[in-house]
Amino acid sequence: MKHTISVLVENKFGVLARIAGLFSARGFNISSLAVGETEDPTVSRMTIVSEGDDKTLEQIKKQLNKLIDVIKVVDFKEGDFLDRELILIKVAVTPKTRPQILETIESCGARIENAGAKSLCVEATGDQTKVRTLLELLRPFGIIEVVRTGRVAMDKSDKGFKPEGKPEVNE
Amino acid sequence: MKLTGAQIFIECLKKEKVEIMFGYPGGVVLPIFDKLYDAPIRFILTRHEQGAAHAADGYARATGKVGVCLATSGPGATNLVTGLATAYMDSVPIVAFTGQVKTFLIGNDAFQEADITGITRPITKHNYLVEDVRDLARTIKEAFHIASTGRPGPVLIDLPVDVQQQETEFRYPEKVEIRGYNPTYEGHVGQIKRAAKAISESKRPILYVGGGVIISGASSEVIELATKNSIPVTMTLLGLGSFPMTHELSLGMLGMHGTAYANHAIMESDLIIAVGARFDDRVTGKVDAFAPHAKIIHIDIDPASVSKTVDVDIPIVGDAKKVLKNLIEYVKKPDTSAWLKQIAEWKKLYPLKYKNDSKLRPQYVVEQIWEATKGDAIICTEVGQNQMWAAQFYKFTKPRTIISSGGLGTMGYGFPAAIGAQLGRPGTPVFDIAGDGSIQMNIQELATAVTNKLPVKVAILNNCYLGMVRQWQELFYKRRYSQVCMEGAQPDFVKLAESYGAVGMRITKKEEVRPAIDKALSINNIVFMDFHVEKEENVFPMVPAGEAINKMLEGDLA
Repeated sequence: MKHTISVLVENKFGVLARIAGLFSARGFNISSLAVGETEDPTVSRMTIVSEGDDKTLEQIKKQLNKLIDVIKVVDFKEGDFLDRELILIKVAVTPKTRPQILETIESCGARIENAGAKSLCVEATGDQTKVRTLLELLRPFGIIEVVRTGRVAMDKSDKGFKPEGKPEVNE
Repeated sequence: MKLTGAQIFIECLKKEKVEIMFGYPGGVVLPIFDKLYDAPIRFILTRHEQGAAHAADGYARATGKVGVCLATSGPGATNLVTGLATAYMDSVPIVAFTGQVKTFLIGNDAFQEADITGITRPITKHNYLVEDVRDLARTIKEAFHIASTGRPGPVLIDLPVDVQQQETEFRYPEKVEIRGYNPTYEGHVGQIKRAAKAISESKRPILYVGGGVIISGASSEVIELATKNSIPVTMTLLGLGSFPMTHELSLGMLGMHGTAYANHAIMESDLIIAVGARFDDRVTGKVDAFAPHAKIIHIDIDPASVSKTVDVDIPIVGDAKKVLKNLIEYVKKPDTSAWLKQIAEWKKLYPLKYKNDSKLRPQYVVEQIWEATKGDAIICTEVGQNQMWAAQFYKFTKPRTIISSGGLGTMGYGFPAAIGAQLGRPGTPVFDIAGDGSIQMNIQELATAVTNKLPVKVAILNNCYLGMVRQWQELFYKRRYSQVCMEGAQPDFVKLAESYGAVGMRITKKEEVRPAIDKALSINNIVFMDFHVEKEENVFPMVPAGEAINKMLEGDLA
């Protein structure tokens, strides 16, 4: 089963390598990884989508928590988070297919960011269902290239997901 | 007052009460070595950086303090790698310092440059590259804190030479604040009560204790829990010494070369109380077949160790000593009399034994070392048959008396570790039980032992083979002895020792064993005892890899 794990880390060089190294050394899989600064510039957030059974996911979370530079790990459960991904799709176009493609793009809420003679660059953001649907609908026209950012996710609750809820630091 | 990075380094070590460090000089650590010249810290110059890392490790295991080592950049740093990986696997607190090329040269493939923080990332608890001298004091403070708290482990600090030369105001931080690091020491009371209930209701309980008990200093609590409630105790290799092997409740070591009665007891038990142990594959054998009737309580400070390989029924994350203290209060004594009777029967049926005939057998040597020291020695081991015989036939009775590379299984570990242990515990006899293969992996440290007048006793169980590999080839590869024979170019260990100024002895007969050990103990110098033992002696019992741990080979022990 796919899990979306949000990891707050120290915004320092080498932290990404520690996380990536942990996944490769322990044979955990990464489907996607998105990294960016948070509202606190000393903290970065990594949103990792990983696949595995419950036991593997448990180990992933525990091993991530062991890293000194990891401040907090949250495994998002179905339903209580928003997830979004940005996708760019270069799709082949001919005078004959153009109207159909435009209709598909519009119905999916995607946008054309560049129109060439033989191709269109389409941009869309959305959750995994929306992104997958758009890709499937465009596939028959001939997809030339796909670029995806990887998933980002946010808790829907009123609380922020800040590191300050951390327990007392030991002497 | 402003100090240079090198001066700050010394001041920080003084603040951390470092009395001794191990290492080897080189180009980019010259500023530090210049300050070490008249610093009040004893520096032990090893003959290889690997020796320095293992010696720091042995010192840490023998004393419970943080071991410190220092090497130059590039090859100096990479030579520490095996030592750090060894310490990481066995949770040993080490702070390792490496020199690095100037900050502006990093990434340029400069002379003796290696990305040592990159290389050691998966084999250290944490590591640092200090790019600004103003971060140095805080980094060192953090490193000692991280290395020695929670589940301990090695921490590496990479120090570019220009950082060692830069100046700043020195202020040693009072407190450590690391928001992502907060080990749990107190066990959850509800869980502790659940565990106590399970113990009170059990009929066939067994304590399975590991290195975490030694690290936590929880040996007296283990003894109390076991003896008050008549619960038998089995130990991992690293847990030996936490419960006296001379006690009737002791089942000795379990696992691949554990005692048959320990393995049978685990397989038949209805409750395993695991303390500071991690269900390593050398302990569990085939995981699916492991302890089929048992409920499992697991007390460990590292949450990631819990339910990693074996599913646990009652996990308790916390410090072994604190949790056990609490647990003991809640446990009502279970009735284990039938269980203990069964165990006594197994002990009678399957004793640990070997062919005690007129030949010079390695097990006899270990037994005689026990007879001569009765538990009042520190036994370091190399890796392989020598290590397993030491674990089986030396009756460890006190914590921090066995020093052995358990997790990584590092040949060449024991001798430098013995040097570190002897420096940390000067009054205690220190042995290295070695094989003729392993001892040659760090034999250069003879010089370190001799110059520092360290009376380490090295007992080489010399069978002219890489014995454990040979044993596997004999049992599982149709005796095709591929690359395990040391004959032909085996050094004369007596002359070799003598050439360094150490004492060498050769022992070829059984009756010479005990007098040689006694004589070695009376010599205030390093002694190499070259025991020419039976060449094709095997370590039994043995659980073949991937088998359930009660499926043991017993060998031919008429």
